Amino acid sequence: MTDTTQTTQQPDAADILLSVRGLSKQFSTGSGPVKAVEDISFDVRRGQIVGIVGESGSGKTTAGRCLLRLVEPSSGEAIFDGVDLFSLPEKALRAYRRRLQIIFQDPYSSLNPRMRVRDIIGEAIDTHGLAKGAARQARIEELLTRVGLSPEHARRYPNEFSGGQRQRVGIARALAVEPELIIADEPVSALDVSVQAQVLNLIQELQRELGLTMIFISHDLTVVEYLCDEIVVLYLGRIMEQGPARSVYANPRHPYTRALLATAPVPDPTVRRERVILQGDIPSPLNPPSGCVFRTRCPHAIAACAETVPTRETVGSGHSVACIRQAELVETYQD
Amino acid sequence: MAMSTPNAGNHPDALADDIVLRADNLRTHFIMGARAAKSVDGVTLTVRRGQTLAVVGESGSGKSVTSLSIMRLLAHPGRIVGGRLLYRMRDGGVVDLATLSDKRMRAIRGKEIAMIFQEPMTSLNPLYTVGDQIMEMIRLHEPVDRHEARTRARRMLELVEIPAPDKRLDQYPHEMSGGMRQRVMIALALACNPALLIADEPTTALDVTIQAQILDLMRRLQREIGMSILFVTHNLGVVAEIAHEVAVMYAGRVVEQAPVHDLFARPRHPYTKGLLACIPDAKRDRADDGTRKMLNPIPGSVPSVLALPAGCAFAPRCPLAEPHCETAPPELLNASPEHLTRCWRHELL
Amino acid sequence: MAAASASSVDSPRISTLILQRKTLAIGLAIIVVITLLAVLAPLIAPYAPGKLSIVNRLKPPSATWFFGTDEFGRDIFSRTIYAGQLSLLVGAAATALAATVGITLGLVAGFFRKADGIVSRIIDAMMAFPDILLAIALVAALGPSLATVIVALGVVYAPRLARVVRASTLVIRELPYVEAARALGVPTWRIMTRHVLRNLVSPILVQATFIFAYAMLAEAGLSFLGVGVSPEIPTWGTMIAAGRQYVGQADWMTIFPGLAIILTVLSLQLVGDGLRDLLDPRLRKDL
Repeated sequence: MTDTTQTTQQPDAADILLSVRGLSKQFSTGSGPVKAVEDISFDVRRGQIVGIVGESGSGKTTAGRCLLRLVEPSSGEAIFDGVDLFSLPEKALRAYRRRLQIIFQDPYSSLNPRMRVRDIIGEAIDTHGLAKGAARQARIEELLTRVGLSPEHARRYPNEFSGGQRQRVGIARALAVEPELIIADEPVSALDVSVQAQVLNLIQELQRELGLTMIFISHDLTVVEYLCDEIVVLYLGRIMEQGPARSVYANPRHPYTRALLATAPVPDPTVRRERVILQGDIPSPLNPPSGCVFRTRCPHAIAACAETVPTRETVGSGHSVACIRQAELVETYQD
Repeated sequence: MAMSTPNAGNHPDALADDIVLRADNLRTHFIMGARAAKSVDGVTLTVRRGQTLAVVGESGSGKSVTSLSIMRLLAHPGRIVGGRLLYRMRDGGVVDLATLSDKRMRAIRGKEIAMIFQEPMTSLNPLYTVGDQIMEMIRLHEPVDRHEARTRARRMLELVEIPAPDKRLDQYPHEMSGGMRQRVMIALALACNPALLIADEPTTALDVTIQAQILDLMRRLQREIGMSILFVTHNLGVVAEIAHEVAVMYAGRVVEQAPVHDLFARPRHPYTKGLLACIPDAKRDRADDGTRKMLNPIPGSVPSVLALPAGCAFAPRCPLAEPHCETAPPELLNASPEHLTRCWRHELL
Repeated sequence: MAAASASSVDSPRISTLILQRKTLAIGLAIIVVITLLAVLAPLIAPYAPGKLSIVNRLKPPSATWFFGTDEFGRDIFSRTIYAGQLSLLVGAAATALAATVGITLGLVAGFFRKADGIVSRIIDAMMAFPDILLAIALVAALGPSLATVIVALGVVYAPRLARVVRASTLVIRELPYVEAARALGVPTWRIMTRHVLRNLVSPILVQATFIFAYAMLAEAGLSFLGVGVSPEIPTWGTMIAAGRQYVGQADWMTIFPGLAIILTVLSLQLVGDGLRDLLDPRLRKDL
């Protein structure tokens, strides 16, 4: 349960913008409680992009929503710039809403079809009283230009735009309140490859120029490897492995991470990788396996895996793994 | 890999022995009053026996309309307005699917050519057990009794590696996971042992680890049964894993067809090259110290099928375009004997 | 450059869209004519609606009395168009009331989970009663008068709108653009109006047209049964009630107000259906 990563690495506290500790979220459903997210802890340093990867049911989207309090977390804390977001009353939270923003996956349902672009962006400005009259108008035009659209687009409705352009409007809306942290939930998954590259470039430019910090939620390991500095691998609501992206990709230590990386299709027919094809389906979150939740699909599972929930062990600088066999398995990975 | 095969278009009526399906200048339009959406406007491609042809393209490229045209399952107001779809039946005869009567087409669907879709839930009937659906499919095309059909249905579920097939036969689609449902779809499609399987984005809705299972299954089934596959996808990574040959579509046309290794090693169309360049690749796009380089997106966006440019549809976004490209639509040219491209300037690549 | 693609094709004018749909155009035309007749009744009516003329009682339709006369010799045509004023007023007012109450309840139920249980129960309970019985009970409890009838019908039809609004609110509440607004800190009441209600204009409009029609029918029913407005006041319902005794000898007393009801209700239904088609994006979507 306890997190051992902080002990090895003590980045100076001022560097950390958001520190998540023990985040859990249970939903009650007709068929019983579902632990969508269970005891997640990680740090987000200023100016970094942290990738959260996982398949369906991994809890990656719920975790993101909890950090924004769009979904109320069941327990845990999220220390943002010294303040626990989870314990703020609704009124006080409103001020923090300006500092954390979100970009959505679906460029269609994330914009109100009945509002013009200028009203969509204007609402963000008005809610926090950031500008009025001519200054407001100028700010909207500036934001549109910033995301690669033109000021004339302000009077249009969302249905007059392509998917990529809508995504740009969504980004402009998030930027309107000058946030420090942006949670991007699969922002390019719904886009065509060529448009995806345009939006990824935009995200990076913004991140650099505005000094943004980002949490990038995705199922696409190729994009995450390219874009992210840190990576958190989720499976059935639990963290399997986390660490600097380069370290995790170069040296994956959890059987699940290894399987994910081995099965992610790479656009190169000459690559013949070791095929770690996981058997079976992702278990239902309603009835997760005891002990290690991954053990039912793990090629290395032993009886002990059903007994104990693995704690995270540090395997490198900032790199930790939740697997009781991680040390002995290293050798089998060598070849 | 096939040896030197004649190119599409040389002998209009002949179909080389190793070719199962050849689309010749297929044109499928959606006609709405005076306007026509030219979703497919000159598709030429070949599927070889026992091989997988991946048709890859972005949204609006016409890749799904192409597969629906082959199955003749176009929704109103879509219509095949030109070109041919030569198909070699299992008895050796060659038919043109584009002009075949509806009655004969019904006999071909399922038995000769079968199809699976992205979302299996919408193509499985929620009110019947999967066993009933597979049995119905078998009995529709073959004169067997219920008992025999059930035995065959059970064998099909075993074939697609569904555990506890006897129990699964009596389950409804909603009782299964997405991956299981896609396996059932494949079992259903293969129940009558078709010669050609059309798979329209069959793994797009699945998680990566489940996608790997399905791709693996399809490869194995192809080896064992020897069917040909036309695999429609937008994912070049999936293409690299499953295809023998690749046809790249853009704005209603096949702009390039080549064996998979040739295509990835040396794309001979600027669009293909651009697509490959804009998929992030950490090894290429991050410097040794980890700093990211900007990606190289293709500028602009796909033209509307309602207003295609006069010349090459890719010319407005193409780094190689010259004035000639904007007026003359390029023919399908041979970049090498097996490598076709619709680019006037392919030699520059 | 990337921006240049989205062509800003102007959507066709709303009038063109309406004219393209025959049912909607016909329905609207009839409604307009009926409303004009009712509003301009003082100018059009050849006789005052209450003018008695005992010598001319129960005269059949003729050039003098287009629709004939009643048992007191009053002109049925004049009374029918005057009655339109009240019938339409009751329909419109009851619809407005039903809309106000229904939309509010629906939004509250759809947005606040705690309120939903109670509100939904009440809605279900009310919808379990036949409309007219519930209306009779309410009028009986409040005492018959024009205002009571309007209030009763407004209350009776409010649950229909509440149900439509609640169902749609439940869907829209979960959409990313509502989440985006919450993430920005937009106050809940503004999310309810700007993001939810604005997207419900079409279903509400369609539902309101039908309620208008039902309310008019119900008013006629109440008047006919003698629990509506005072029999002295001409509405289509009271006219039919009065004509009931003379059906054998003067069927025009019931036929003409009856036709007025049928025509109005029918055209409202046409408008409702037409609006539903017009506003349904699935039927409008271009390829």
